[in-house]
Amino acid sequence: MLGYTLRRIIYTAPVLFGVSVVCFALVHISPGDPLISILPADASVELQDRLRTLYGFDRSYPEQFILWLGRALQGDLGTSIATGRPVTSEVIRAVGNTLMLAAVATFIGFVLGCFFGFVAGYFSNSPLDKAASAAAVFGVSVPHYWLGMVRVIIFSAQLGWLPAAGAGPGGSGQWKFDLEHLSYMILPAITMSVIPMGIIARTVRALVAEILAQEFVIGLRARGLSELGVFLHVVKNAAPTALAVMGVQLGYLLGGSILIETVFSWPGTGMLLNSAIFQRDLPLLQGTILVLALFFVVLNLAVDVMQSALDPRIKR
Amino acid sequence: MADISVSQGVITPVRSAGYWQNVGARLVRDKTAMAAGAVLLLLLLAAIFAPLVAPLDPLEGRLINRLKPIGTPGHVLGTDELGRDMLSRLIWGGRLSLLMGVTPVVMAFFLGSALGILAGYAGGWTNTLIMRTVDVFYAFPSVLLAVALSGALGAGLGNALLSLTVVFIPPIARVAESVTTRLRSSDFIEAARASGAGAFTIVRVHVLGNVLGPIFVYATSLIAVSMILASGLSFLGLGVRPPNPEWGLMLNTLRTAIYAQPWVAALPGAMIFMVSISFNLLSDGLRSAMEVRQ
Repeated sequence: MLGYTLRRIIYTAPVLFGVSVVCFALVHISPGDPLISILPADASVELQDRLRTLYGFDRSYPEQFILWLGRALQGDLGTSIATGRPVTSEVIRAVGNTLMLAAVATFIGFVLGCFFGFVAGYFSNSPLDKAASAAAVFGVSVPHYWLGMVRVIIFSAQLGWLPAAGAGPGGSGQWKFDLEHLSYMILPAITMSVIPMGIIARTVRALVAEILAQEFVIGLRARGLSELGVFLHVVKNAAPTALAVMGVQLGYLLGGSILIETVFSWPGTGMLLNSAIFQRDLPLLQGTILVLALFFVVLNLAVDVMQSALDPRIKR
Repeated sequence: MADISVSQGVITPVRSAGYWQNVGARLVRDKTAMAAGAVLLLLLLAAIFAPLVAPLDPLEGRLINRLKPIGTPGHVLGTDELGRDMLSRLIWGGRLSLLMGVTPVVMAFFLGSALGILAGYAGGWTNTLIMRTVDVFYAFPSVLLAVALSGALGAGLGNALLSLTVVFIPPIARVAESVTTRLRSSDFIEAARASGAGAFTIVRVHVLGNVLGPIFVYATSLIAVSMILASGLSFLGLGVRPPNPEWGLMLNTLRTAIYAQPWVAALPGAMIFMVSISFNLLSDGLRSAMEVRQ
């Protein structure tokens, strides 16, 4: 167990290095001088040179990379070109909101996905299975940003039940635990939960069908165990994989929240990315992507370790 | 009945042709997959023959006609925020939307398969180098990678296609590598090697024929994701530029109209959904039609 965990961590290190190289390269694959967006069009050559030195753009790529990585490791992701504030503090503020939304959405998706998956797997090829499988196909096929729009149309524009945008009253950017703030989360969270719901339902359906076909289930039934008892055995066998899929989905939602956040004006990392892209604020873009990718890699690592801890049959 | 016994009596010279015929026959019997295929074919034909099918010019509109509801005479599906005919724009939009959704997967199919087969067949350092690089790109959630790349490269159709291709190469390369690695140690490859066949011949004759099928099925399952992502990039303003009709972009520009004409505003998304679910169902059908052999 410990050996596996250590090996897994060591294996993650080069991936993290690669991820930082890609994030670093983002600024340099973008066309044009990265200084253009902060300089007035008639800036003097001296001013351009001074800023170039200040931002380190006059050095060679490897030099710039090492400097950038060194600062990033100390928690300094540079300065936002658009706002002049440190990228790190901007990202930290936004990550909390995204994490909150993604966690609630993953939870909803997990509960619904398990429900549909178990129903479909238990009654495979029955009309119930067909209905549950249809829900799963819907979940993985629907463009979630469109689903969000349709829900805004129904529940905000037509019925007026729920707020259409933002994370709180009066464009509040900070999340609080009260009913009013909660009403702002309902639509984006339910919309976002559709993807993990579909994927978890598909996984659980296949798992349950596979487990039910195994001999030990026949054995349990032959020993006269009640259906509930058999069900508990199935749950126990399906849990590690289902939980692992849930963990990975949380990572995908964290990184993929930009479309939902744009639809609902949710003040998270997606909104941050959106404004970074359109203001050509490359340090902010780079920093946000780095943090989100970091989250994703670490989460995957945690999921793998957790799965092998939960399921001793997985010999690695 | 007579047909079947006759066709079984014919000895086909190439075995794999018989296999593909079986897959085709099973697929034709799959009603869901066929319905999905018919929907896709219909949309594709409408997009190709848009100049003949679309009733009006997709780029021309009069502001006096803006945001007409569904069912307006002369504008069956209403008009958009600039008074352009929605039906015509949806038909024309199929061109760019289908192109943007399918092209990245096709390009990634070729590039990813090449990389994966090379890594799987060569093994050793070549494998390590290719697969560890693939792992790095795999370490980004796909939406994030697509947004990061096209955000850094700048908005535009070409950059969006490039970003999406990069997003889909790693998963395809992984599948190609694992299929090839499994195949490499099988007896008939050993036999081919023992009989003196060169590496290139073995890959061309023995490996490709056996790995392309599974990789292809996997790639078809990515088209639905690609459709959603590609239109998503346009929705964010990173793909196709206005005034060109494209479903994701139309959804974006119509967002302001959700209070005035909500159901007109929702139409382009329904098209994306229809295409994406059809590709998913077709891909599911193809997978179950092909799996019988194992």
